[in-house]
Amino acid sequence: MPLSRHARFAAAILPHLDRAHNLARWLLANRQDAEDAVQDSYLRALTYFDSFHGRDGRAWLLAIVRNTCFERLRKNRRHLELPVEHIELARDTSPDPEALQLQLADQAAVRRGLESLPAEFREVLVLREMEGLSYQQIARVTEAPLGTVMSRLARARRRFEEALAAARKEETA
Amino acid sequence: MNCREIERLLGPYRDGELDPERSADVAVHQRNCEDCRAALERLEQLSAAIESAPRYPASPELRARLESRFADGRQPYGRWLLLAAGLAAAALVIGRLTPVADLRPQDALANEVVRAHLRSLVVGHLWDVAASGHHTVKPWLAAKLDFPFDVEDISSRGLLLAGGRVDSVDGRTVAVLVYRRGGHVISVFVWPAAQPPDRPPAGRSVHGFNVIDWRADGLNWWAVSDLELGELNELPLSPCFLPAHETLGG
Repeated sequence: MPLSRHARFAAAILPHLDRAHNLARWLLANRQDAEDAVQDSYLRALTYFDSFHGRDGRAWLLAIVRNTCFERLRKNRRHLELPVEHIELARDTSPDPEALQLQLADQAAVRRGLESLPAEFREVLVLREMEGLSYQQIARVTEAPLGTVMSRLARARRRFEEALAAARKEETA
Repeated sequence: MNCREIERLLGPYRDGELDPERSADVAVHQRNCEDCRAALERLEQLSAAIESAPRYPASPELRARLESRFADGRQPYGRWLLLAAGLAAAALVIGRLTPVADLRPQDALANEVVRAHLRSLVVGHLWDVAASGHHTVKPWLAAKLDFPFDVEDISSRGLLLAGGRVDSVDGRTVAVLVYRRGGHVISVFVWPAAQPPDRPPAGRSVHGFNVIDWRADGLNWWAVSDLELGELNELPLSPCFLPAHETLGG
């Protein structure tokens, strides 16, 4: 039985929803914008679905999501507006309240450090460190040459290291 | 190579993006160079820090909205149609797998573990017992299995034990450790090996899923995921990737 276009789309592209949202949320730094961008991206993805031949639905969708997000950033110039939302704790294995406090403070520092970076740097760190994409995949998603991906990632790491050190100092001050 | 040249390569080295020759150069250099070793350690720490940053999965409302929008253009029974579409797609994949009898044993097993992995994804039942804190999965599995199960948790940076389940492969009960890495699910199937000699990891692709299998410590190991083979192979899943004192099994 041949599947309908919608069903093929749902099977190939919907499973990547959480990743799409995570990227949009880190790029736009705002929950409502991220949801809107993801919804737009899915509509676009459906429109262009006939041009999707590959097996890598994740990279294909993430490319659409990041383009949608960068368009919004350009339009809104909202790079710096970073509302504080609740932090989802990574799995806690420590019952010790003091250790938990430290862990929370450090996670807040990590988040602030990441959020303080320009969107291009946040993007490459999210794609590499959270999504585990290869350089080749990142190049496909961001439509940048491999050499650019490598130098951008190196710069992003340096900037993040500085931002993290500053944020940690503030957390413990 | 001098430190300045090496420094440029540390990131790609850590990310597993260097060719073997240059990777070996970096490995040798950093063993003998304290500064570069420290720089590499800093990269690891940055990576660990980002690992602890919050993830933002889609809200249930957004998911519901998109599922009902895309599962079918016209009709309101979004979720059911989506499930049906998923099952139909899975049936297509499963149906296209070559019949077991025609294959060499390893290929047949690869098909079986991919089927089991796919089944767990489609049904949405990834594990019977969720990992919470240390040591919940191992005793649970040990109690359910008909073979001694003494396997260390191999969670590490970027690889998190999510849970465990009991499944059936090759006509027998097997343990499945379910790991997550980023948004990917990795099922690791474990059962006793009939023949003793250890076998190094071998990778293959089965209908869009990648599979690595090896034999160690009297156990058969099969890891299945939609991660690319190279990425899957980089994970510290098999004892070959671990220092000797951390080998799996017992």
